[in-house]
Amino acid sequence: MSTPNPSITFLHEAEDLLVQIEEIILEIHSQDAPAEPVNQLFRAFHTIKGSGAMFGFDAVAEFTHHVESVLDKVREGEFPFSDELSDLVLASKDQIKKLLEVSQGGDPVEPGSSERIIAALGEFSKSGKAVPAPAVVSTASRGPAQAPGRQQFTIRFKPNPEMMAFGTNPVSLLNELRALGECTVCGDYQNVPLLADIVRDRCYFSWEIVLFTAAGINAIRDVFIFAEDGSQIDIEAVGAPEPAPADSPANKAAESKGAEKHAAHPAAELGAKESSASKKPSSNNSLVRVPSEKLDRLVTLVGELVMNQSRLSQVAARVDLAEVTAPVEEIERLVSELRDNVLGIRMTPIGLAFNRLKRLVHDLSGELGKQIDLITEGAETELDKTVLDQIGDPLVHLIRNSVDHGIESADDRELHGKPRRGKIRLAAAHVGSHVVITIQDDGRGLDPEKIRAKAISKNLIPADAQLTEKEIFNLIFLPGFSTAAQVTSVSGRGVGMDVVKRQIDSLRGTVSLASQLGGGTTTTLTLPLTLAIIDGLLVEIGSDQFIVPMALVTENVELHKADRARNNSRNAVAVRGDLIPYVRLRNLFQVAEGEPDIEKIVIAQQGEERVGLVVDRVLGSHQTVIQSIGRFYRDLEIVSGATIMGDGRVALILDVAGLVHSVRHGVAHGMRAANHGSLEETAKR
Amino acid sequence: MNSLVATQYITFKVGDELFAIDVISVREVLELSLITRIPDAPAHLRGMVNVRGEAIPVVDLRAKFGLPVIPDSVHTRIVVLEIEVGGQQSVLGGIADSVHEVIEFDADMISPPPRFASRLKGDLIKGVARRAEELIIILNTAAVFSGDDMDQMAVAVSQTGSPSGAEAGQQ
Repeated sequence: MSTPNPSITFLHEAEDLLVQIEEIILEIHSQDAPAEPVNQLFRAFHTIKGSGAMFGFDAVAEFTHHVESVLDKVREGEFPFSDELSDLVLASKDQIKKLLEVSQGGDPVEPGSSERIIAALGEFSKSGKAVPAPAVVSTASRGPAQAPGRQQFTIRFKPNPEMMAFGTNPVSLLNELRALGECTVCGDYQNVPLLADIVRDRCYFSWEIVLFTAAGINAIRDVFIFAEDGSQIDIEAVGAPEPAPADSPANKAAESKGAEKHAAHPAAELGAKESSASKKPSSNNSLVRVPSEKLDRLVTLVGELVMNQSRLSQVAARVDLAEVTAPVEEIERLVSELRDNVLGIRMTPIGLAFNRLKRLVHDLSGELGKQIDLITEGAETELDKTVLDQIGDPLVHLIRNSVDHGIESADDRELHGKPRRGKIRLAAAHVGSHVVITIQDDGRGLDPEKIRAKAISKNLIPADAQLTEKEIFNLIFLPGFSTAAQVTSVSGRGVGMDVVKRQIDSLRGTVSLASQLGGGTTTTLTLPLTLAIIDGLLVEIGSDQFIVPMALVTENVELHKADRARNNSRNAVAVRGDLIPYVRLRNLFQVAEGEPDIEKIVIAQQGEERVGLVVDRVLGSHQTVIQSIGRFYRDLEIVSGATIMGDGRVALILDVAGLVHSVRHGVAHGMRAANHGSLEETAKR
Repeated sequence: MNSLVATQYITFKVGDELFAIDVISVREVLELSLITRIPDAPAHLRGMVNVRGEAIPVVDLRAKFGLPVIPDSVHTRIVVLEIEVGGQQSVLGGIADSVHEVIEFDADMISPPPRFASRLKGDLIKGVARRAEELIIILNTAAVFSGDDMDQMAVAVSQTGSPSGAEAGQQ
């Protein structure tokens, strides 16, 4: 492996930090005393500034500096972290992101946009100082803000001799200290060897600095954040700060725990190491970054392994020798364990997608003048990264819909006796081998009559169609349907829900809607955990083999020829009291030859209902490596993928939802004629 | 296209006509193996075939060109192609009655497609080359195998243009 390019590493790091920053800001909203989050925020920006400058991202470093100085003032208690400030910091974060993208060949930033934000930040840091009185009142719970007392510090700085080789220049550190206040620097050159012995990159100097500053010990330590490794840094406060308000007991009690507290103990000599330890969350230490292509390759390899293992099992079954069977079974167990583990590596918590949505709701509700809380549940629910990558857009779309069309304005809500603040609940949970994501708002809900009228006016359904409420809601997913009477910048361009549906379909997931007029709308997405390998039930119809995803199968029952003749008018079978409609795949697929006397019905759970798929034979379970059937068949509803069998044949993976849908709607050609029965009774066209 | 550089083509027969496609997009030529039929697929999509562990779709060129279906013979071949469809690299097979040879044509040996080209729509043909008394139709591979065209065909064949069906093909 080649050594990683340090500036690439910086970009990755910065990306992570920006995500972290956004999270922190949104979290601060819900806290009364955000001392620790503000500290984290400050450190994150500081790191971006420091490493940015180190790797030549000067524009980024320069810009970040301004954000940092405002935050520093918040940290010192000069003014609280208000909502306006949080918007400003969010805007700055976005700007930094843009600046970083520019350096990677992205579009140039709008000229003057950085300057505007910097001006706003400057304004803020001044006005925060100019009107301290209201700020203090509004944050009374935190006690009086700490007055910016000037204090003398003695700093002994003996840098790591290798420091310059790591890219840190001690002179620039000294300059940073000079910027903090009155500064006297004494160099100590005792350790400088004879000229002949000098190694070019080594630093032989050490310094003693006397600094008279209002910035506080935090600011000083922050200067040395990147110089800590192997360096000796002693910071000592000399005497008490000029005005001495810091140590009053009330202040200490109100101050939340965290680094802020250190500022209240100026006499304590704090090793720089301590702050660096608290800076890094411990979970980071045990994580390994791996490019996702490597994981994809691993999954592909495991897929091939699974395929070949099933070939081996097939041969072993034919040979039927005890000394072959035992190891083959062992390999089968190992491969299946390996499969689960490898797929487990790609599992990613869905919270990553949720964070983006929090920001979206924050921005949109501001834009539309609505008050909306987004409540998330189950952020730790994991699903395959490939699935996660593809549900981002549909989720954004659904949330936008809720914010724009669902939640009413605060006044409207009050009029209808609802709380002024709207609520959107975003929840994820595991159900079997699926992840179910629910988006629930308490907005105005869907009006079935309006939808119906609209669908008729758009010729999507005949005027006399008899539809259940659920079926009416499903009309929204038809292409070209949009309920918004007026187009806003947020949503409502009529390319909405059908795209969502198509995207979810392509992931072999389902989407459904429930709504109560005036009470809100609930959208439910059901997604498979993984797109790579699934457990399947291998079935046979004539000479063709098919896979039914095992996760859907609840049970198998027999269907005798005589029973079938008797049931012919309704195509439904009674299973323990429930009447379950079935589709005879033999008819559907127009297979004529080799009809067995006793057929099998595979009962599959499809949403809330169960349907039976009649096949000739059930051959058993099969680890199915899913291959996409590509672009050419994507309009086929009944097949969701293909897999290679142990004997080299291609078997198709049935899409149960699509099958049911196409039978009901007779979309697929030849199907209406082929299938009579209860499933079709509800057909509308 | 640079007129000085000769391009290699692979020739094959579908019905009585001789066709050619740029050898660059041909990955291999295979004998017919077991093709898994896809229920409910349009007639020209014969099914899926296993090419060394990869399931690829195969297109019956006879059906595609509107010729009557005949039983497969010992000469029937699958031409495995790698082409770009809708910005994505796809692998697929085309079934030809027989595959003949690799030949070279200079660009100036190829004349533009005739305006009223027999059965085939004009945009499926890149040009026509003449060799001795034979006419060889050079196919526009991307157009012949592009999904969009297939979708249109599918709609035309099945005549079940549901309101969503027609649009779903375009995206």
